[in-house]
Amino acid sequence: MLAFAFKRFLGAWPTLLILATLAFVLVRAAPGGPFDVEKSLPPEIQANLDRQYHLDEPLAKQYGRFLAGLAQGDLGPSFQYKDYTVNELIATGFPVSLRLGALAMGVALLLGLSLGVIAALRQNTFTDYAVMATAMTGISIPNFVMAPLLILLFAVALNWLPAGGWEGGHWKHTLLPVIALSLPQVAYIARLTRGSMLEVLRSNFIRTARAKGVPERWVILRHALRPALLPVVSYLGPATAAIVTGSVVVEQIFGIPGLGRYFVQGALNRDYTLVMGVVVFYGALIVAFNLLVDLIYAWLDPRIRY
Amino acid sequence: MSSVENIQTMNAATPGRGLWHDAWLRLIRNRAAVSGAVILGFMALLVIVGPYLSPYAFDHIDWEHISTPPDLASGHVFGTDAVGRDLFVRTLYGGRLSLAVGLAATLVSLFIGVAYGATAGYLGGRTDSVMMRIVDILYAMPFMFFVILLMVFFGRSLVLIFVAIGAINWLDMARIVRGQTLSLKQKEFIESARACGVGSAGIIARHIVPNLLGVVIVYVTLTIPQVILVESFLSFLGLGVQEPYTSWGALVNEGAQGMESAPWSLMFPAVFLAATLFCLNFIGDGLRDALDPQDR
Repeated sequence: MLAFAFKRFLGAWPTLLILATLAFVLVRAAPGGPFDVEKSLPPEIQANLDRQYHLDEPLAKQYGRFLAGLAQGDLGPSFQYKDYTVNELIATGFPVSLRLGALAMGVALLLGLSLGVIAALRQNTFTDYAVMATAMTGISIPNFVMAPLLILLFAVALNWLPAGGWEGGHWKHTLLPVIALSLPQVAYIARLTRGSMLEVLRSNFIRTARAKGVPERWVILRHALRPALLPVVSYLGPATAAIVTGSVVVEQIFGIPGLGRYFVQGALNRDYTLVMGVVVFYGALIVAFNLLVDLIYAWLDPRIRY
Repeated sequence: MSSVENIQTMNAATPGRGLWHDAWLRLIRNRAAVSGAVILGFMALLVIVGPYLSPYAFDHIDWEHISTPPDLASGHVFGTDAVGRDLFVRTLYGGRLSLAVGLAATLVSLFIGVAYGATAGYLGGRTDSVMMRIVDILYAMPFMFFVILLMVFFGRSLVLIFVAIGAINWLDMARIVRGQTLSLKQKEFIESARACGVGSAGIIARHIVPNLLGVVIVYVTLTIPQVILVESFLSFLGLGVQEPYTSWGALVNEGAQGMESAPWSLMFPAVFLAATLFCLNFIGDGLRDALDPQDR
């Protein structure tokens, strides 16, 4: 297990390097610089700015500088938010996004798993159909449609909850964003769980367990659940990516001061370092999470050794 | 003599029920999928001919009806937006674009994915592991962020949307196709083709790819809604199509901004977008149940 974990850990580094390189190439290939303004700057000032941010150096050297910074965990100064480093911006935005994302992920897992198991146990009954219909709704209504609809209903029409803002993560301000962000994932996880649970319940070892007289509750919890969880565990990687991406628009809609908003602003302002920093940061996060998922998967299913 | 005739008449009376025929029967028995297909067909028709039925052009500004609620008398069936453009026509125009992007980008991902997956699976060995390792690495990339960057830096062109979205979605397709190819290439008919001297390219194109059709059709139907979603996501962020052209995502965005005073401008595009995704997902599920019975 330890050797396997180590091998996987080593395997993640090339991915990160490619990620950083892609981000660098893309940003540098873009037409237009960070200091393009309506009237062009005097050449001396332009040259000074370029020198300060090392934009006058050959690309290879800039790339080396970028990688060396990354190795030390330094993402450089922001081009637009003067006096701030990208690290500082991420440090302010990320806790907010993390809280939102973790809550959404928790809700998605808890609700998705239980709904999926219930639907599988009551296959082809009204409960099953109701859960699956709800899941279909969750999949078919994207979160940027769900979010304004939720605001329209709960904030504008009923006036129960605020339409936006964060207020340090007060539950009234987190409830709607978390619902909008987690609903599609609840739906996917419920469908996955139901499918794999049905398959497991049909297998021989479940029949054996029942024949032995194991109480139904134990059959489900101890025998069926573990193998049925495997597809869900492997979906956690894509789910994280979806929640990270989704939080970009959800933060935008609800006016939440998270990292997603910095990213969109940075991209629109051509804030090279900020944009690269966020892409690398989120990329590293997703890679790390995928690594974790691989390990959980191997732990749950001892047959997996590669 | 008579028994032979009997057999012949029997054969004539019951035409062979092949895999595709069975699948078709299973599909049309699936009520959700059939209603999804019917509604989607109706919607496609509406999106194509609908704009000609309205007296207004999609970029016509009606100064006398700015931000008015749905009203039959003035001909603005869905009302107008904040600058007085007819929402019925704009919703349908947006639909044209969303559906077209969905189809085109799915085709891009279909071609790349099938070619890549079938090649990797058929050649096997080291080529396969290198090719799939590349897919693994690309899989771990936060692609949505790269697409956003592309849109911002290189301007918002439709072609770029097609390419960007298609380029993301081929990864899943390649994985699925490779898996199928791995099992297909063990089959006897592939061996016999090889024995007859057919080259690798010929076997992939003539024997492997046609047998992948079932899986690929299912996956394509499930990719279209994903692609539409990505496009509307980009348009929602203001990175998709440019004014005066529009798509469902852009309309939802405009509607969300003015929803407190003009909720209809959010509701109509939102309903159209969600309904389309619903139908496509139902059809995809139905097709999967029909073509891939062991997956139920």
